Order: sequence, then structure tokens, then C-alpha cells
Amino acid sequence: MDAPVVAMDVRYAGEEVAVIDITGEVTSACEPILMAAYETASGSGTRRLVLNFTGLEYMNSGGIGMLVTLLVRANRQRQELAAYGLSEHYQQIFELTRLDEAIAIHHDEVSALGTDPTAVQR
Amino acid sequence: MTGAPEPTAPGQPSAAPAPPAHRSDSANWAGKVDRLEVEKRAGVRGTNVSGRRLAGPVQGFGKMWQKTFAISGLSVTPEHAIAEWRAHFPEFWPAGNRFAASLTGISPGEVALLDLSVGGTKLSTGVLVLYVDERSFTFMTPQGHMFGGWITFSADNAPGGTRVEAQMLLRASDPIYEAALGLGGHRKEAQFWRATLTALGRHLGVEEPQVEQSVVCVDSQRQWSKWRNVWYNSAVRSVGQSVTGPLRSRPKKAAESSEA
Repeated sequence: MDAPVVAMDVRYAGEEVAVIDITGEVTSACEPILMAAYETASGSGTRRLVLNFTGLEYMNSGGIGMLVTLLVRANRQRQELAAYGLSEHYQQIFELTRLDEAIAIHHDEVSALGTDPTAVQR
Repeated sequence: MTGAPEPTAPGQPSAAPAPPAHRSDSANWAGKVDRLEVEKRAGVRGTNVSGRRLAGPVQGFGKMWQKTFAISGLSVTPEHAIAEWRAHFPEFWPAGNRFAASLTGISPGEVALLDLSVGGTKLSTGVLVLYVDERSFTFMTPQGHMFGGWITFSADNAPGGTRVEAQMLLRASDPIYEAALGLGGHRKEAQFWRATLTALGRHLGVEEPQVEQSVVCVDSQRQWSKWRNVWYNSAVRSVGQSVTGPLRSRPKKAAESSEA
């Protein structure tokens, strides 16, 4: 299997909010990397996880499936999942796959962090 | 993950990096679809698809499963394996099941109609071709299908030769299907995909394909808020359509004979 070309870095934006910065190509091959990032991000008391797709170069259907797996894990921990930085193309794919019904898509990081909860992008 | 977390001050977003040069994959994905539209096709009933919305694992009712069926050791390239799978897809299905693609075949955005043999009855439903590239293609199910989910067919390089697999991420769509899965549905489904992979393997030159199988329960929770999906249940509707079909076609036949 070809090695994934992706980086997922975790940073904290408050006591209960963590951001995963995703850079590169998101495919099913990067599931261990995403789950490792999730483990780090969902440490003590994280209630909201924000996926930053600003650096996303490419995502296939395996990548979408992987996000569903992440969603299940987050739901199990009663964590909210949000996303921002998606290009128009990938926003359409979130809508097509109806993933946007479970992962709130935001315009920018400020609204994704939850400081402006009315700013969900539609 | 490539590095240790770099905590930032609460409420202080990091500066957004410059956008990368995106590799265009628009042609690989289906376009936006609100509700499926499909024309009549020969050989399948073609009901329970037009007007339906797509439904993935997020919209399903039952436990979430990831099921993988694979064969390894193929001496063809991954690209060739996927091209053959797409071109001859219906031929690998077990007898009694029909798959009717559009004239353009398995291409992004196309809808395929299915007649499936389920428990002695014929279940009519369909799938949308969600994604296609040289090494994979993915179907997504509509409302009323047995499952809410995606099925990805892929091929990749592996030690000993190319590996091809069918991987599903799905939930039973409603409580009736969930019960049916518990009453032998999982076993029947596994038989279906094992037979499909075996036929594909033989087509690609493997004399005795050995099908590997992996079944993982990703989420043991049922989504009870989705029980109303039962309204669209294609199995129930297909039985109804089988019963009422002759009655519905009778006035038409009578009109045709009176015109003659």
C-alpha cells in the first residue's frame, strides 16, 4: 500500500477545544495518523474537536469514510465535531454524502471554535 | 501525526497558512444531487429509486459495520483490476441478482438499478456512483436500501501481487432491516460478497481465489432517532409492488386490447 502523504497536527484553542490541522491528502491509508491525532486531541476534557482543512490537497471516498469513523469515536465521548477551511468542492462533497448533517461546516476558525455558534455555513 | 502538539493561547486562532496547490479531483466525484432521478431500464424493475435522497452511515439506523472482503496475489496491475471490475461488474454477482448501470456504465454521478434476491423475494433499489478513480470506485445507497452507507471497491499493490477488496461502511437503514441482519442477513451478505470476489478473482486469472473477510462493528449503538426510515423500506415496498403490479398493468392491457 502506498504511504499516506498527510500531516495532522494538534493544537489547543481553549480548555475544551482542540484543533487538528490537516495538510496533504486524506485517504483511508491515513486512518492511523488521524486516530493518533484524535487520541492526542481528545485528552482531558476536550468537548469540541475542530478539523482544519485549509491545507487539504485531496480527499477520496476512503477519506470520507474515515471521517465517519472519527465521528463515531467523537460521539461516543460526547464530543462535537466541526470543520472549516473546506474548498467549495469539498463542501459539496460533505453535502452530497450528507456528512454535513453531523459535522458542522464553518467559514473560518473563529466560528468553528464555537465563539460564534450562529455562524454555521450553509 | 508529524509532530508534537503545539498548544496556543485559548481563543487565539493560528494564522491560516497559504492555500496549497490543489490536485483537481472534481471529475472523480459525483456532482451535487438532492434527489435521485433515473429512467426505466430493461431487465430490472427500477422502483424505489427516483425521488429518493442519498443515505450514508450517518443517516442509517442500526449498528455500524465495516466489512471487508478481499483477494490477494493477483498478477495484474491495480488499474487493470479496477478497469475490469467496472467493465464487468454485474457478471461477478451471484445468480438471481441484477445490476443495471446506465449506458455510460460505472461513472461518477450515474445511478445503477438493482434487483436483489432477498429472503425469497425480489428487492428493487439502486446505488449512486459516488466516486471513481483508477484504483477505486464507490457506491452510495439511497433511502430505502437495506443499508445506509458506502461500498468502496479498490485495488492496491501488496506483497505477492495486487490485492482487490470490497469494503463497506454501513448501518441497516431501519429496524426491519436491522432485525433481518440479525436473523441471517449478515451471513447471506457475506456469501454474496465472497461469491462476487471469487468470480472476480477467476476472471483476473486466479484459479482458486481465497477470499479474506474482516467484519468490525464500528459502532454498537443504534440510532433510534432514525426509525422512521422504515417508511422508505424497499423490501416492504417491493413486496407491495409485486402484489399490485399485475393489477396496475391490467387497465393498461385492457385499453391496449380495446384499441386493437
